[in-house]
Amino acid sequence: MIESILVEGLIYGIMVLGVFITFRVLDFPDLTVDGSFPLGAALMVQGLLLGINGWLALLIAFIGGVLAGIVTALIHNHLKVPNLLAGILTMTMLYSINIRILGNRANVPVIDQKTLLTDVTSRLSDVIPDEYILLVFFVVVALGIKLLLDLFFHTDLGMTIGAMGNNEQMVVSQGINPKTLKTIGLALSNGLVAVSGAFAAQYLGFADVGLGQGIIISGLASVMIGEFLVRKNNHIGVLTLCALAGSILFHAVMYVGRYYGYVIQMTPNDLNLIKGLLIIILLILTQTRKLNLAAIKAMVQK
Amino acid sequence: MIAIRNVSVIFNQGTLNENQALRDINLNIKEGDFITIIGSNGAGKSTLFNLIAGTINPSVGSIHANGRSITREPEYKRAQYIGRIFQNPLLGTASNMSLEDNMMITYRKGFKWLKRSLNSKMREYFRSELVQLKMGLEDRMKENLVMFSGGQRQALTLLMMVLSKPSLILLDEHTAALDPKNAEIVLELTDKFIREFNLTSMMITHNMGHAIEFGNRLLMMDQGEIIFDVSGDAKKELTVEKLIEKFHELRHRGFENDRALLSE
Repeated sequence: MIESILVEGLIYGIMVLGVFITFRVLDFPDLTVDGSFPLGAALMVQGLLLGINGWLALLIAFIGGVLAGIVTALIHNHLKVPNLLAGILTMTMLYSINIRILGNRANVPVIDQKTLLTDVTSRLSDVIPDEYILLVFFVVVALGIKLLLDLFFHTDLGMTIGAMGNNEQMVVSQGINPKTLKTIGLALSNGLVAVSGAFAAQYLGFADVGLGQGIIISGLASVMIGEFLVRKNNHIGVLTLCALAGSILFHAVMYVGRYYGYVIQMTPNDLNLIKGLLIIILLILTQTRKLNLAAIKAMVQK
Repeated sequence: MIAIRNVSVIFNQGTLNENQALRDINLNIKEGDFITIIGSNGAGKSTLFNLIAGTINPSVGSIHANGRSITREPEYKRAQYIGRIFQNPLLGTASNMSLEDNMMITYRKGFKWLKRSLNSKMREYFRSELVQLKMGLEDRMKENLVMFSGGQRQALTLLMMVLSKPSLILLDEHTAALDPKNAEIVLELTDKFIREFNLTSMMITHNMGHAIEFGNRLLMMDQGEIIFDVSGDAKKELTVEKLIEKFHELRHRGFENDRALLSE
């Protein structure tokens, strides 16, 4: 139980890192995610079925996500479409594209197929007990991606992207086109989401066109839970770690809902409602915390 | 250096709300000019800055920089050689980042690549520049800018803009949102930097005293027109009373309503 929560949390955590980039760093609510997640899954599964090397298939999935992000950025930047609508447009188009990639099917299984995960399991089965192999593997993968992201946001380019989410005028004043930065950010974010989708498909044993439904909500809820773990911290390394931790906690909550929800007559169909309510509760808690902080500040200043 | 030729700016053209913000403006900004601009609300001062910076495009006319037409050049490209400071002290820097990160982003114009330039040499350089502000900021380089006052942030924006060596700087009432003490400090720093680096600059102010005291050239604007352009010795002899008289003579109406806005 605990391993499967951790593994799921880490796989989806890669997606949460992507959502963190758009929502928190870029301040660009990007709904492309709902389409780029199954896109990554579809590309990965088809790649495996075609007999391509697993890591190459993963790279193709990443590039697919990058392209999806670029499409959203182009729609937003050049057609002056609001960011939400631009994401919805790409997401809608991706639905058809994903079915195409899956060979006009809505669901393609890879149960009996060699995947990256079976490969890793067979290689490490002598070193680590079987039930912990995937956990170790995904800890390494998710933390590796997190560290690479931290490095990226410490470069001049990464810092400028961070500044843009806070103050677009400042970036314009530096002679930098904010459209370019948005494109880079969206590409990176959706690339990560697609990688997450690719791993999820291998873990679940299938790619499904509906895999991405509501993913953005899961991602957002995870980011928000993660933000609850620290108070006012702007260190990028801490923030990305919180995003991963938030994802694990979110999946723990969902796990409880899925397996013990029957106690209160809950069915798996209610999970989306639960996700939405969770976000609303988190929003209320954040608001009250802010108000409390403001009240304390006012008291101190008096 | 920058020439504005027959420029008009009309907002909401062809609608009931049509509003001519600038009327047939002609202006030559010469290298080394320090121009102060006064005028009441709605006179077109900020529109003029938006026009030069590229935030808005002229409805009629053209803008040239060193003989090259920049009429359609986007704002971010012009920002490579035109620096601008806004009234809002938060617009020049990113609140959620540390002082040194902000300096890293602003010390050099143009696109940044995947390299990490912030090293100990860079920090030492930033520290030595910060000392000039005499605000003790050099000891707070790791702090987030959200902890700094508006005056400190505006002074920092000013310093970073000067270090990037722009050909022209636009100061859009950059001390108006600060408390009197900080406003005085930032204004003094501005004057010092402009002299020291011989910067070509334009400054909008609501304070007639400042408009007369600073700079070598003064523009008075009203209803989208530059009604008075004075420089050199003629400017040195100006007083607040003379300016108000001049306005009355040119526009045949009183300055009384505007006086509260324009002087202290």
